[in-house]
Parts: sequence; C-alpha cells; structure tokens
Amino acid sequence: MATRADGTETRGDGAVTTGQTASDRSPTVTLQLWRGDASGGAFRDYTVENLGGEVVLDVVHRIQAELAPDLAVRWNCKAGKCGSCSAEINGRPRLMCMTRMSTLDTTQPITVSPLRANPVIRDLVTDVSYNFAVARRIPAFTPGPREADGTYRMSQVDVDRVQEFRKCIECFLCQNVCHVARDHEENKPHFAGPRFFARLAELEMHPLDVLDRRDLASRGLGIGYCNITKCCTEVCPEGIHITDNAIIPMKERVVDARYDPIAWLGRKILRRPSPTPAAETAALAPAARTNEVISVEPRVPPGE
Amino acid sequence: MTDYETHNFDVVVIGAGGAGLRAAIEASALGARTAIVCKSLLGKAHTVMAEGGVAAALGNVWPEDNWKVHFRDTMRGGKMLNNWRMAQLHAQEAPDRVLELEEWGAVFDRTPDGRILQRDFGGHRYARLAHVGDRTGLELLRTCQQRAVSLGIEVFMECKILRLLQDSSGTVSGAVGFWRESGKPVAFGAKSVVLASGGVGKTWKFTSNSWEGTGDGHALALWAGADMIDMECVQFHPTGMVWPPSARGILVTEGVRGDGGVLRNSDGERFMFRYIPDFYAKETADSIEEADQWYENKTDFRRPPELLPRDEVARSINAEVKGGRGSPHGGVFLDIASRRSPEYIKRRLPSMYHQFKELADVDITKEPMEIGPTCHYIMGGIRVDADTAATTVPGLYAAGEVAGGMHGANRLGGNSLSDLLVFGRRAGRYAAENALGTPGAVTVDSSQVDATMQAALEPFGRETAENPYSVHHELQETMQSLVGIIRTESELIEAKEKLVELDERAAAVGVEGHRQFNPGWHLALDLQSMLAVAHCTTLSAIERKESRGGHTRDDYPTADPALGTVNMVTRLVGSAVTVTPEPLPVMPDELKALFEDGH
Repeated sequence: MATRADGTETRGDGAVTTGQTASDRSPTVTLQLWRGDASGGAFRDYTVENLGGEVVLDVVHRIQAELAPDLAVRWNCKAGKCGSCSAEINGRPRLMCMTRMSTLDTTQPITVSPLRANPVIRDLVTDVSYNFAVARRIPAFTPGPREADGTYRMSQVDVDRVQEFRKCIECFLCQNVCHVARDHEENKPHFAGPRFFARLAELEMHPLDVLDRRDLASRGLGIGYCNITKCCTEVCPEGIHITDNAIIPMKERVVDARYDPIAWLGRKILRRPSPTPAAETAALAPAARTNEVISVEPRVPPGE
Repeated sequence: MTDYETHNFDVVVIGAGGAGLRAAIEASALGARTAIVCKSLLGKAHTVMAEGGVAAALGNVWPEDNWKVHFRDTMRGGKMLNNWRMAQLHAQEAPDRVLELEEWGAVFDRTPDGRILQRDFGGHRYARLAHVGDRTGLELLRTCQQRAVSLGIEVFMECKILRLLQDSSGTVSGAVGFWRESGKPVAFGAKSVVLASGGVGKTWKFTSNSWEGTGDGHALALWAGADMIDMECVQFHPTGMVWPPSARGILVTEGVRGDGGVLRNSDGERFMFRYIPDFYAKETADSIEEADQWYENKTDFRRPPELLPRDEVARSINAEVKGGRGSPHGGVFLDIASRRSPEYIKRRLPSMYHQFKELADVDITKEPMEIGPTCHYIMGGIRVDADTAATTVPGLYAAGEVAGGMHGANRLGGNSLSDLLVFGRRAGRYAAENALGTPGAVTVDSSQVDATMQAALEPFGRETAENPYSVHHELQETMQSLVGIIRTESELIEAKEKLVELDERAAAVGVEGHRQFNPGWHLALDLQSMLAVAHCTTLSAIERKESRGGHTRDDYPTADPALGTVNMVTRLVGSAVTVTPEPLPVMPDELKALFEDGH
C-alpha cells in the first residue's frame, strides 16, 4: 500500500482505499453500467442506496432486483473462485465479486463495462468462445509410465510451480488486458494469450508429462508476440506470476529448442530420440477418442 | 410452431460439474456420442467451491485404512440412512478414481515419498482426503474439463434445460431448453440422459451455493415421474455469515468459538447459558465466570455452552432470532473481538481473519460477526439404482448432489468429491450401455418442444405483473424461517400452505425486456424448479417425525429406530407431490458385521 497526498491509500492493483465508515459513506452510490448489445450501447446511470459492506457484484444484483431485472451479467460463486464475473470497473479489469465498494470513491459515479477485448453479447456479458477454442488446440497432458508399484511419484518441490499455474480460475482478465490481442483482433488466430501460455508452461514443467509443446508454443500459439509488459500478471486475481514464472521460462525453452547451435548439432550427430512434437498430435487431439476404455475395475469385487 | 434447432446424441449429460464431466468422459470413452449441456460456462460449476479434498482410502498416510473403514465412517456419518450399496461402491472405487485423475494431469499435494498426501477430516477415522491446498474442487473440475476437451466431447454452454422429453411409454428421449444468450429454443434427442445438475441451496435465504443451485435436475426428474428420496435431509451450517452481503454464505469455523468467541443477541446478552439441555448440564459451565476460565484450564472447569453440539447451538440461535432478539439481518452476533487481543486472533485464526478482511472488509479483531444457519448441501435427491445410477424413469440416470442415498441423513466432508467421481463414472457407463444397446434413431417430439417453449415464454406477456425477484425472495424467507435448520410441525404445515400461494404467484410473474440473456426471465423459470424442491423437502420433513443427521425436529428431538429403516419417497401424483415412507435396502450380514465387532 502507498499513501497518496490526499490521504487515501492505493493498493497494488491501483484501487483506492478510502477507509470509509458508515458515517462518512456517501448515502447513495451511482453505477454507470454499460447497456447494449453487438449493435451498440451506452452507459446508463443507476443510483441505489449505499449500504456498506458490499462488493460491486452485490450492488449490480440489487440494481437487477430493483431497477433493471433484465440486466445481463455472468456470475457464479461470488467468492473469487470461479472467475465468471470479470468486468472493467472504472476501466480496470477486475472480478466484480472481489472488488469491495469501500475501495472505490463512491462520491463519483463508478463505471462498469464489459471486457473490451471480447465481442459484446449483451450488457456486461461478452463472447469468450475464443478462449475455449484455444484450449482445444493444446494437446492434453500425456504421462509416462507408472512406477513398478502402480503409483506416480513426484516431490512437492517439483510440483510447486505447476500448482501455481493450476490455481488459474479462468477469469480471462489476463486475456482481456494483453495488448497483443486487445487492440489487434487480427492476431487472435495465431496468438493463444497469457492464460494459455501458463497452461503450456504447466504441462511443460509437469514432472510426468512426456510431450514436447515448444514448437507449438512458438509457431502455432505465438508466444514470441509477448514482449513482457507484465499486464497479465498485474491483473491476475490469483496472484499467478504469469510473465516471470510461465512466459519467460517458456520463451527460453523455445529458444533453446530452436536456436541453440550446439544442441542442434548434438541432435544431428547423436540422433537422440526427441520427444513427440506436439504440433503433430495437436491436429489429432480432438480425434483422440479412440477405443481407449478408461474404466478401471474396482479393487475389491462388488458385493464382497 | 416453434422454430428450434435439434441435436441428436446417444448420451446427453445435463450439468458440467464434477459428476457431469466424469459421466461424459466415461460415456464418450465407451464409444457413445456424448454431449454436455450446462447452464453456465464450462469450468465454472459449483464444484470449484469444494476446499477440503477427495475422500479415498488410498492408505498413503495410514496404511491401516481400507474401504471397509471408509464405508463404516460414511454409514455412521449418514446415521445409517444411506443406501448401503452406494456407500460400499463409493468406498471401494474412490481410490481408483483419484489415481485416474492423476493420470489425467491433476497435481495433488505430495507425501515425503512422492505419493498423494492425505489429510484428516471430521468423521473420517484416518487421514483420507487427497487435496490440493484449499482448492481441491477446482483441481478436480479443471482436470475433468481438460480431459473432456481432449476427448472432443461436445459442450453446449449457457443452455437452460426446461423439460425432459419422453416417448409414449415414458422412456426419456431427450431434453428441451433454450440458449441463455439468445433465448432461442433448442432440443436434444438422446437415448440416455444423465442428470448431474448439483444442488438446491438457492431455495433458502442463506446459502453457500451459487445462483445455479436451483434444483433444476431434481425438478426435471420429478416432472418426468421419477422418485425422490429423503429430500428433508439438508445440511445446514449453524454459523454462516449473514452480513455483510459480500460475505453472505461464507461458513465460519467452529474454531472461532473454541478460541473464545461467544454468541450474543441484540441485547448484547451471551444467551447460550439459557439453552443448556439437561443431558449436557453436567459437563457445561452454567456461569460466565466458570465458562471464561475453561479456555485456560480445561481440567478444573466445565466447557462454555457455545461449544455444545452443532444442533444445540443451531436450536438456540434459531430461538433467539424467532424471539425477536436477532441481529439486524436475521442472525445473531459471534463476538471474538471484545474477548481476545487482535494479535491473538490473527495468530489463532489467520485464514478467517484474512478471508473476511479481503472479501468483506470485516475486521474480526474489531467487530462482531453476524452469523446464522446457512444451507450448504442436500443429501436427499433422485432415487437411483446403486450400481447403475439409473433413476426410476427408463433412460434417465443421475449422479452427484442431485442423486440421493449415498450420504444418508448427513454427509461427511470429502465424500462429495469422491461421490461425483464414483457415481459420475457409473452413470456415464450405464447411460452409454443403454444407449448403445438401443437400436434405431432418436426422434424429438415437436409437440413437447412447442408446449414447453410456449409455457416458458408466458411471463413476457405479463409485463406489469409481479417481479420474479420478489417471489424468489419470499420463497427464500419462507424456507429459511419455516423449513430451516430446526423444524417443527406447526411451522412446516404453515410452509406447506405458503408454498401453495407461492406456486400461484410464481405462475403469474411477469418479466421485462426481451429474450436475449435476460436474468429476470431465467429466474422466473428457475423458480419453478425451486418450488418443486421446496414442496418435496417440506412434505418429507413433515413426515419424518424424528431428528436424524441434517434433519432436526424440535418436536421430535431424538432418532426413532423405526424411521431409521425408511426413505421418505416424494413423487408427483397428478399435479401434486406426495410423500410415502418406503423401506431402505437391507444391508447384507457380512457388512452389518462391520458395525458389531467393536470398531
């Protein structure tokens, strides 16, 4: 936290803490909500009582119940765990359920608008299908064989980093704020975005995974477009170090694989069997529904 | 004639939480053309909220653990009202389901020798919960989601299902609903349908459930003629936050009371001393002076009454609120701030402190919390065959929270995630077998689609009528105050009558605007599901004249052995819900022996 000249405090995410109490809280609060659809729209003012102890999503819900029953908004858990209620609050990408009203200046109208990088469906709801399409392009986790005793062994230190990436709640705030796609729709077909670079890193660093996705990261998913401005890391509500822990190491691995002349020579001379390039299996991924039967019979026969 | 799109599959799974995804993965792997239909986006289901872990007798921490111990713990936790066969299959198969997740990329916390770490949890004899910090549900959901994506399973997101389609013999032939995004109708033809739609919490005022927990699957099954069992068995937590709104529904650990927190009413009175039952009088302090010395000296002094068993605490809170001495928002105060130093509170309850500070800006070292009974989970649900997850309607299967029987009258922590995996897989498997063994093409009956869609659109013609939000609000108030954590005959009867009135009001609500992503309209339709659930729960609660597990009757405070051998079965007869006690499946002697050999 830093204290500003006017006595208010700013947090790391730029929100202002006014430390307001019931006595100095403004009696009402005005939310300027973007209302509209793909054909266009505008901000509309909704003024409701300022009850205190609320997050932005609580106020949006009251507006729905009292003033605008058809206001479109996505939300699920209201506890910062599902990543559904992403929006831009006073222009900053945030989760509505994790943004307390007391951190905002309620004497001024507060704007709430849909994520700008996505096509609008209606009001605060946007089309996030791009993310689901990218997810399908990443080849699944592919483990090596089990130990002789039938288990997989991994040390906690070896999975700490992987677990950091798996904290991702897929709110897609990082996808929204990444300027490679935010201002350049034309980049989307060959750019996966920070969420999926973290997913690639997670698979790449998984101690059991045997697939090589470095070529895909570079050629198919455009990790080279990232110029490390760390916007994604700044907005991550889970505090995942997307740039430092995922993207930069992935960039290094891609460079190692493609440009290291000694490694290249070594591969030529020694002809070490290289891991399966993921680009090949990527094309096959959705069709991977072979005859594989996953069922494992119970260890103890039923009825015993 | 309604203009609608149609998608035909072998198996359609309704719900994309842990159970739905696991069912779809299984059905798809067995070669059935499989689709998932869900009300939200993929990966947002309420499964993400599960923190504790997946209960499975892997024996990684305690080699003594095995399925028989897990089975016994589960049955005892369920007050023996469980379907014994489900509890057995669950305990036997959970370890394989957990290991399978690891093969699909789940990364559980590790033991020093590199295996899956397991943690202790209430009611489990051994440390048994495979976990990932406090976000195990997210790990399970994401793993199944990524597996489903890699298998190429089709997912239809943000689609609300309104009714199941049935042929003339009653066999399920698909489902009809609409896209929330556009409001346009869609029909799914299917040879098997799996319901995996989760819980019902939104029927109550205070709940830890998300907006999706409206009992859609329960209602779809009921309307299709399926039996429901033990819908009165609902798990409430006595101390959930009721205020501020940003923290509403968050559960407050009993540790707050163990470390000195006390309950107060609106007069500031520490009221628990007035509610010490004779049964506990000998071991409970009867003065503030004595109670306050217990925290430091547990041998010479008796326990404070705030630490009475869960149902006693709940009963007392309930009585204070109903006596008009509650907090401004319908709970009571839990005060640790005035009793312990900020440093002590932060040291003893670090995660509680941070959670409330972060989410609600409530400083529990400075102010009391407003808490009250909070709806968390429903043990009852659709009656299913233990082995196949088949409901009593041909072609219809159910798994996860929407299915009943597995948890009996009360669910142990950790048994929910394992339930999703074990019975999700079974439902998927038998749904696929049924579909693949049924010759011919599926057909969608247009007249059913038309009738359903027409009824769904009616609220648009009543724009000046009552708003669905106010009817929902009143339903929640009714269920919270009359069919809540502590129940009594007169209040249940009052609720039953009130529900009839709410049925009429819900059938007459009006919505503004148009069909595109209109939450008011969606709520008007979800209300129908919640009311169906409310009727089942209220009727079953009237009929179960005893206290057992999650069902507590003030007028019948003890368990009745005779009622411990029956399920309360609710079903639709004509247009009315009826309740009938029917015998529980009888446990075979070799399993009964597990409860008799002194364990």
